[in-house]
Amino acid sequence: MELFKYKKPIPLMAKSKLFFTISVVAVLASYILIFTKGFNLGIDFAGGTVVQVKYEGKAPIEKVREAIRSSKIFEGASVNFFGSDDEIVIKVRSSSKKLGTDIGDEARELLKSTGKFEVRRVDMVGPKVGSELREKGLTALLLAIAGILIYVSFRFEWRFAIASVIALVHDISIAMGAIVLFNIEVNLDILAALLTILGYSLNDTIIVFDRIREGLVSVKSSKLADVIDESVTRTLARTTLTSLTTFFVVLTLFLMGGEIIHGFSFTLLVGIIVGTYSSIFIASPLLMAMKFNVEGYRKKLAEKKRKEEEKARLRAMYEQGTV
Amino acid sequence: MKLNYRVVIFAAAAIFGIVLSMPSLLQMEKGSKITLGLDLQGGLHMLLGVDTDEAIRSKIKSLASAIKYAVEDEDLIIDGFKVKNGNVEFELLDKDDMPKMDAILEKMEGIAVEKDGMKYMVSLTPAEKESIKKYAITQAVDTIRNRLDQFGLAEPTVAKQGKEKILVEVPGIKTPEQEQRIRELIAKAAHLQLMAIDEERAANVDNMTPAEAAKYGDVILQGAQDGRKYLVKEIPILDGSMLTDARVAFDQSNQPVINFSLNSQGAQIFGDFTGKNVGKRLAVVLDNKVYSAPVIRERIGGGSGQISGGFSVKEAHDVAIALRSGALLAPVFMEEKRSVGPSLGADSIKASMIALITGFIAVVIFMVFYYGIAGIVADIALIVNLFLILAIMALFGATLTLPGMAGIVLTVGMAVDANVIINERIRELLHQGKSITKAIEQGYANAFSAILDANITTLIAAVVLYAYGTGPIKGFAITMSIGILASMLTAILGTHGIWQMLESKISKERVGIWFGIKPEGVADAK
Repeated sequence: MELFKYKKPIPLMAKSKLFFTISVVAVLASYILIFTKGFNLGIDFAGGTVVQVKYEGKAPIEKVREAIRSSKIFEGASVNFFGSDDEIVIKVRSSSKKLGTDIGDEARELLKSTGKFEVRRVDMVGPKVGSELREKGLTALLLAIAGILIYVSFRFEWRFAIASVIALVHDISIAMGAIVLFNIEVNLDILAALLTILGYSLNDTIIVFDRIREGLVSVKSSKLADVIDESVTRTLARTTLTSLTTFFVVLTLFLMGGEIIHGFSFTLLVGIIVGTYSSIFIASPLLMAMKFNVEGYRKKLAEKKRKEEEKARLRAMYEQGTV
Repeated sequence: MKLNYRVVIFAAAAIFGIVLSMPSLLQMEKGSKITLGLDLQGGLHMLLGVDTDEAIRSKIKSLASAIKYAVEDEDLIIDGFKVKNGNVEFELLDKDDMPKMDAILEKMEGIAVEKDGMKYMVSLTPAEKESIKKYAITQAVDTIRNRLDQFGLAEPTVAKQGKEKILVEVPGIKTPEQEQRIRELIAKAAHLQLMAIDEERAANVDNMTPAEAAKYGDVILQGAQDGRKYLVKEIPILDGSMLTDARVAFDQSNQPVINFSLNSQGAQIFGDFTGKNVGKRLAVVLDNKVYSAPVIRERIGGGSGQISGGFSVKEAHDVAIALRSGALLAPVFMEEKRSVGPSLGADSIKASMIALITGFIAVVIFMVFYYGIAGIVADIALIVNLFLILAIMALFGATLTLPGMAGIVLTVGMAVDANVIINERIRELLHQGKSITKAIEQGYANAFSAILDANITTLIAAVVLYAYGTGPIKGFAITMSIGILASMLTAILGTHGIWQMLESKISKERVGIWFGIKPEGVADAK
């Protein structure tokens, strides 16, 4: 089967202004969301306690709320169903330093009268650890971007590196916007998802750039727009197919992986869609915007080749003993 | 069909992968297996902090008892002996005793002495404080490890993390009650002290405030059982650091008690004290609670004693463990805790296995449908890739976590990527009219740089994740990294080898079956 048979280049670059506009709007909307509504920080970053309780049969959520109301530790706690109606989570911003009797034990005691249940998970993060994790998370994100910037500059050219990093920031921004929009709780797993998007979306961009690198030498036209159109069109099949396979796989994770990796797989889903879009419609036009010079690049290549040939010639002469 | 080195390597990798992943997949007794993370098998993960200031305070106290013991031993007379603001203060009454006093202090290490006439102020040097803090943490790690080892649960991990935190991981906990018991065992200070009751003022204890008691160099402690108040001398006769053993035994009325024995120095001090104080009471104090205060009838030599006072058997067992493994020099507190019940872990495994299998089947079918035999070749590489991930993880005894499972699922999606790129390249070359052999060789050559660059950038992200992630997230980085590296072997080298074996059999008329494209334009192109 062939869905994307190459006939002639699709004139994408002619429409690059439209794509830029869409992206700028999306990124701006994301930041407005992030700065007005803000992230719903989970306990990993904000500190606090989560107690997950599974009942035999439907969870008596009202009774649970009633039972913990009088307790000081659970002041301001939220109680919600988790995945199914026999399971609930109690979330509270406080945490206890005591090792002996902790908030989980407290919850067990308080809920005794609400029915038959099992405490399946107690996560507690102290405020100090929370802020440390926040710091570490941000460092990780920045370091990954820096590492990628260096590698791409080394393998391609600086404009490619900048274009790919802008595309990355674009993807991460929109993914974060979606996280805020859908009120996904931000924990360590979301950070992992964002870093995966980083790697994944770059992966897509690199494949397209690799083709452009090749096209710079092989395409007849010396107009950058033509080179990009041809290269993007030629990689369209691969970009779409890989995104599709990954998308399906993550979708199964989202639908069947259980409540606990819901946020993680959701973030990845958004990332895959945005990442695919940006590597086709954003990363390459950015090269144009930065006035990448095809002629100049070709001249440089020719110069490099000439030098190498010269060297080889000299070496050959040297080996033959004529110098 | 001819064998080539690529196919041989690929086959070897496949056998390696299948053989080494068997112990993990079939849960065999022998062989190295993948360890399941605490989030999958259930268990307790804690990050503990250490209150190192407390270690310094208690060091000053024991410095005080050492000075007092030496002073009494040398028959020096001092006055106003007290611990104040982290210093030991006292005044010497006889000027002629000063050389002797100085000699005593000379022998002690890590202290600074200030003198004002005959007033002495002894404090710890900053370097000593620093080393006490450091020691408190390493000692806490050793002590907690000791306690957990003796508790008898499988493979607990206790390790220092960063500068001043302690990571504790205990797998295989069955119930929340058991978990609480373990936490209590870890938290036990297990600070045993033998203290003298201040018999002169003891009758008055109920009317005394702690401040008044402090004036006489006493403290008020509560009884563990009866809650009665006891007035004891603040500076203990000796403490648990001189303990060599502690065992659970049963007394005449069949109540559990703990028998302990002291080392020779402790036995000496204990013997001397009991000899001098016949008729007075001696308080057995554990973690600042008085367990018993028997009257000394005669000098007690041999250096053994007993703690009794209404323990349950479980409690006595845990206290004995804690005493044997030593007191915590400084209290520990919880910074982070994650505990997962075994049933939740099992649910998570089930859910992610279903996702993995469904995703896998979807990708496999799609590839065959879209690429024909080329899809089957890619699928073979994908299957070998999965085995390789498991095998490498088993080989290194790596831990599989829930995000790690997600990493494997994601790898399934991404590992076929290389083959999609290669197959698209081959199709393109076939459309250009290249021969089968040429299309395959050039297809692999052209695709290589893109695949390499793409994989390396993903690896960069994975390595950063590994370096900065904690527990479960590290597991995600591990499976993803292994998956990417293994895919280079299976999806590039492996499939290339298979094609080299098959290429002589492929005719241009049948590219529909082999590569999933229509033969028109392929066969008759130049």
